[in-house]
Amino acid sequence: MLTKRIIPCLDIKNGRTVKGVNFVDLRDAGDPVELADAYSKAGADELVFLDISATEERRKTLANLVLRVAEKVNIPFTVGGGISSIEDVDILLQNGADKVSINSSAVKNPQLINDLAGKFGSQCITVAIDAKQIDGNWIVHLVGGKVPTELNLFDWAKEVEQRGAGEILFTSMDNDGTKDGFANVALAKLSTELNIPIIASGGAGTIQHFIDTFVEGKSDAALAASVFHFKEIEIKALKQEIQAQGIPVRL
Amino acid sequence: MKIVIINYGAGNIQSIKFAIQRLGYEAILSDNPAVIKAADKVIFPGVGEASSAMRKLKDSGLDTLVPKLEQPVLGICLGMQLMCTYTEEGDTKGLGIFDTEVQRFPNTVKVPQIGWNQIEQLDSPLFEGVLEQAYIYLVHSYYAPITPYTVARTTYGAPYSTALQKDNFYGTQFHPEKSSSVGEQILLNFLKIGN
Repeated sequence: MLTKRIIPCLDIKNGRTVKGVNFVDLRDAGDPVELADAYSKAGADELVFLDISATEERRKTLANLVLRVAEKVNIPFTVGGGISSIEDVDILLQNGADKVSINSSAVKNPQLINDLAGKFGSQCITVAIDAKQIDGNWIVHLVGGKVPTELNLFDWAKEVEQRGAGEILFTSMDNDGTKDGFANVALAKLSTELNIPIIASGGAGTIQHFIDTFVEGKSDAALAASVFHFKEIEIKALKQEIQAQGIPVRL
Repeated sequence: MKIVIINYGAGNIQSIKFAIQRLGYEAILSDNPAVIKAADKVIFPGVGEASSAMRKLKDSGLDTLVPKLEQPVLGICLGMQLMCTYTEEGDTKGLGIFDTEVQRFPNTVKVPQIGWNQIEQLDSPLFEGVLEQAYIYLVHSYYAPITPYTVARTTYGAPYSTALQKDNFYGTQFHPEKSSSVGEQILLNFLKIGN
């Protein structure tokens, strides 16, 4: 049976791991390669590296990091952050990334999704969507959630699927950093209306939150950062509890 | 032991090279027919879209070489699919090693299938020491049905082939290089075939 995936997310700045609390304050949480290796041994199903560097050497630093991770880690990983061209994706996949995640660049140039899916295959193109509710409507935001767009979450998600994305990583800005649980109503709607896998992101605080997002949110995978980085939740214990609820996980 | 990963510009070959390195072996990447022919073990990777991958294979003249190889050959993911007769993806004629047609998953399941699923009815030296229902990592939209060459099956909506074998040709739909310790065991088993 296909299992639900647990995905630690490592925010990367200048080759180091950081975690944004509500996307603003950053705290250092270690070396990415060591952390990735530790998570893979602890039973993580997949890893996401999100690069938030803004330096000129960013591309080169990230490509080198991907190579170092691929050398060490025997589970799949996705790389995102600032990817805006076929050339960006090519080097990351060549260096050993399994998937790439695009966000703002897809909103600014939706054709990029078609181009990347056509060249590399849908299976390695994840589109990340950040959204929050404004007057009861889920509105897509850019730049780490700072800039609102005109796009409705569900319309954009459907367009992204039609253009060839293989997966959606949905972060609720309303839930991110709160540790109050995932945005399960919106997630369930996405999962029902679309036919590609949906990764839930934003709001993980307890083991029950993961169970809830798999059951109520119908999510295919759940992503979290600080609860793992600061050892508030151990992955093995998390998966045992999820399995005890009759939800398939890899143990 | 000479291990060659066929480098025809369609695949996550770095990850396979690193996985072999973690097992204590070295693999070389090559598109040179003489080098490929002289190898003890050949790995035929593939990621991306079938028709463009097949075109790259033809451009490098390797489409006629691969089916004639006599040493153990392991096709991975799209590599395995291209070893079949035909794939619906891009209406593509394959190498015809495995006499079966690759199809798209129906829309009753999410497509692509991404993540960890289980392999069972294991029936190949590839799976020595691997338990029934072991977890492996898959990411694909097209699948090979159950055939006489099926040596591992997985259920996604319905059962399908996650590994094929015929003579010296082996294929896995899953990514052994990304399937944690189970995948490493399978890769090691492949490297040990005939030794």
